[in-house]
Amino acid sequence: MSGIPHDHYEPNSNAEKWLHRRLPIVGLMYDTLMIPTPKNLNWMWIWGIVLTFTLFLQIITGIILVMHYTPHVDMAFASVEHIMRNVNGGWAIRYIHQNGASLFFVAVYLHIFRGLYYGSYKAPREVTWIIGMLIYLMMMGTAFMGYVLPWGQMSFWGATVITGLFGAIPFVGEALQTWLLGGPAVDNATLNRFLSLHYLLPFVILGLVILHIWAFHTTGNNNPTGVEVRRTSKKEAEADTLPFWPYFVIKDLFALAVILAVFFAIVGFMPNYLGHPDNYIEANALVTPAHIVPEWYFLPFYAILRAFDGEVWLVIAVDFLTAGIVDAKFFGVIAMFGSIVVLALVPWLDTSSVRSGRYRPMFKWWFWIFIVNFFVLMWAGAMPAEGIYPYIALIGSAYWFAYFLVILPLLGVIEKPTTPPATIEEDFKAHYGKDGSGHGGITSAAPTPAE
Amino acid sequence: MSHAEDQGGDRRDFLYYATAGVGAVATGAAVWPLVNQMNPSADVQAASQMRVDVSGVTEGTQLTVLFLGKPVFISRRTPEAIAEASTVELSDLVDRQARNPNVDATEATDLNRTLPPYEGENTGEWLVQIGVCTHLGCVPIGDGAGDFNGWFCPCHGSHYDASGRIRRGPAPENLHIPVAAFVDDSTILLG
Amino acid sequence: MLRKLAISTATAATLALSSGAALAAGGAGYVEDYAFSFEGPFGRFDQVQLQRGLQVYTQVCMACHGLRYVPIRTLADEGGPGFTEEEVRAYIEQNYIEVYDSDLQDWRAATPNDNFPANTSAGAPDLSLMTKARAGFSGPYGLGLNPLFRGMGGPEYLASLLTHYTGSEREEFGAVLYGNETFPGGYISMAPPLWEGAVEYGDGTPATEEQMALDVAAFLTWAAEPHLMARKQMGFTAVILLGLLSVLLYLSNKRLWAPVKARVKGSQPAE
Repeated sequence: MSGIPHDHYEPNSNAEKWLHRRLPIVGLMYDTLMIPTPKNLNWMWIWGIVLTFTLFLQIITGIILVMHYTPHVDMAFASVEHIMRNVNGGWAIRYIHQNGASLFFVAVYLHIFRGLYYGSYKAPREVTWIIGMLIYLMMMGTAFMGYVLPWGQMSFWGATVITGLFGAIPFVGEALQTWLLGGPAVDNATLNRFLSLHYLLPFVILGLVILHIWAFHTTGNNNPTGVEVRRTSKKEAEADTLPFWPYFVIKDLFALAVILAVFFAIVGFMPNYLGHPDNYIEANALVTPAHIVPEWYFLPFYAILRAFDGEVWLVIAVDFLTAGIVDAKFFGVIAMFGSIVVLALVPWLDTSSVRSGRYRPMFKWWFWIFIVNFFVLMWAGAMPAEGIYPYIALIGSAYWFAYFLVILPLLGVIEKPTTPPATIEEDFKAHYGKDGSGHGGITSAAPTPAE
Repeated sequence: MSHAEDQGGDRRDFLYYATAGVGAVATGAAVWPLVNQMNPSADVQAASQMRVDVSGVTEGTQLTVLFLGKPVFISRRTPEAIAEASTVELSDLVDRQARNPNVDATEATDLNRTLPPYEGENTGEWLVQIGVCTHLGCVPIGDGAGDFNGWFCPCHGSHYDASGRIRRGPAPENLHIPVAAFVDDSTILLG
Repeated sequence: MLRKLAISTATAATLALSSGAALAAGGAGYVEDYAFSFEGPFGRFDQVQLQRGLQVYTQVCMACHGLRYVPIRTLADEGGPGFTEEEVRAYIEQNYIEVYDSDLQDWRAATPNDNFPANTSAGAPDLSLMTKARAGFSGPYGLGLNPLFRGMGGPEYLASLLTHYTGSEREEFGAVLYGNETFPGGYISMAPPLWEGAVEYGDGTPATEEQMALDVAAFLTWAAEPHLMARKQMGFTAVILLGLLSVLLYLSNKRLWAPVKARVKGSQPAE
């Protein structure tokens, strides 16, 4: 499938041949599972498996929760308490689902950062990247709607504020918001449609995940050097790769077990750490919580949304130029969605000829500033929008856009990258060949990676 | 080198088996809660028992309570009704099964169908039955209705006697008796 | 490899931490970090304390506050106050607990299968989830580190609130507000509910204000999270099992890759 020469599935017994002629599903599974994988993948290449696992974890626990949940404004909160108190092990399933969302986003952010650092989005993997971005968008939608279902104070007011974003769109905003909510405000109709979509979207995500895997199995995996697997002969391909099973399955399972140990420690010992206390108060349309904050995984984008207020000269200028159509509110919405759009367009914004950040001395600096900036934005998003925090958010937002729109295109021109190893085999040898082999400390023949 | 690999062979196998074993245990431990959550929840389980205060039930009256979604007739019968019910010959009955899970005996005598009081001998004063006609599930009319001074089902005309036994009509079985017992002088525990 | 793993774990941890920032702006006042028996990975409810707390709730709080999500029968559940079923019925009877029956459209005596009655007569909030709906500790600087080490602080907030009245009063829109060091804003509409000897404990524990506050906070923690002990046990079992699995998978992975890496080493001098 990947164009990397390797052994294919051969049906042996008559039964296998019978099935293979009619439906080559075993062959498909074999080729998927045995795909030649670059042998130098590091520990940042585990998040795909973690994400796939988490998707199934969320789908299974979610299906169970719906068996006991009542999507009605009068009963939703009580039915969650019913799950927490009466259903056999319901508290465990609910807490796993609740914290599973956080696990999902921890993994997806690390997965995205991995792609950004090692240039996994660059040709020929643009389609994989775009599908990944679609998955990420769907995840955000699913997580947002799921958070509304317990019908606590944060559910209600989060839904009110976020759907209000659509109301900021000129001309059609109000009609669009009413259409989304099914009424003038968040109410029973909203709750019901959110449950329906919250149940549907994970299966759409599952479909996209299959496409995502198909896409990168077609191009082959990226790897820390960004050097392509040699496809000229089977012998050379085999020197660069190892089959996914068992080498990477066991490696990924080890990583998954460690991550799940941490995850269950959180579920068991502090399941509400990542949540908000206000969501244990039933939704009340008459009382707004003192401080509305989204879940942690939305905070960077929430910060970008709030950063562009009416005092920013750019906002004032745009407001003036568009004759008030793009006001501060709508500008914030554009900025928030724009921040994801530029992320999705990164395959065409990055002009560097070298794929992996390992061999890009200047890029490295900007990349790590980008990561730090991400956390700064997250922190700023959690702080009240007053005092110095909007300025911090504004600087952070500016860097976000500058990184994608200015720094990445320019770096490709002005930066002088170091030379990556010629082959993956060389990189692997450089890494494992020297230590403990008696030549310890002596530089090997292979070019030393910049790290 | 090959020597070293041979030695490693057994250990390697053991390690792989141990890993697979622990992995299987972990998976099993994760699957059980997923199955068990579909069993009746704590509130449903708690509702499978019900205490009924019968201190207000006077002789010759019937208390109807809803238990597990079905009506339960709690009748405190008059001496005349007891006398009438206890003199019926088994050979006159359509269904000779007592239909009473509270006693071992199976014969549908009046004594086998009635509920003994908290203390003392069973005088047949208390009759507790599930008020669902054994024909097609209607709720029979009580108060000495029907041709046998017991219950009468209006849907298809089944007649039950003062002991709740089917005497005439399409119903195949006597009215069923729920699991019940007196837990003190005036409280019946259903279920 | 391990270094990289450590980095990614650290990143994950940082991600997790920053979310605690959500709690930063709770705006609560002074919260004392009381030590409760149910804190920490091996924390357990003190059964006798839960019984005392129930007594305080029943004799003091219940006048104004409901507990609408808590089924009365759970007083007899494992990990709770440890009543027998008879004691639960006796509790209902002795305290004349009544619930509103929507079928009867009237009040009737509660049964163990009913929830504790809701009570909104005085406009007081329901207490079923109070210890989970309040956070005592947050920050510092929005980093969310405090709850990581000291817990969410719901019970501490509650106990502090009950014991940190300042004694000052203020009238606002015809209602009297009472000075409180813990309550956000400093003034609360609830009059100081506890006073020395407000209840008489059956086990002879002196009913000081602080003792009652701690007891009722413990009881309400159980009411909000009745499966707390089972949850911690599950967490512990899962961590041990997954820890063992991690070690085995680590060794398996090492074994699996050993020949691949050995081949590289073997061929190195040849290059």
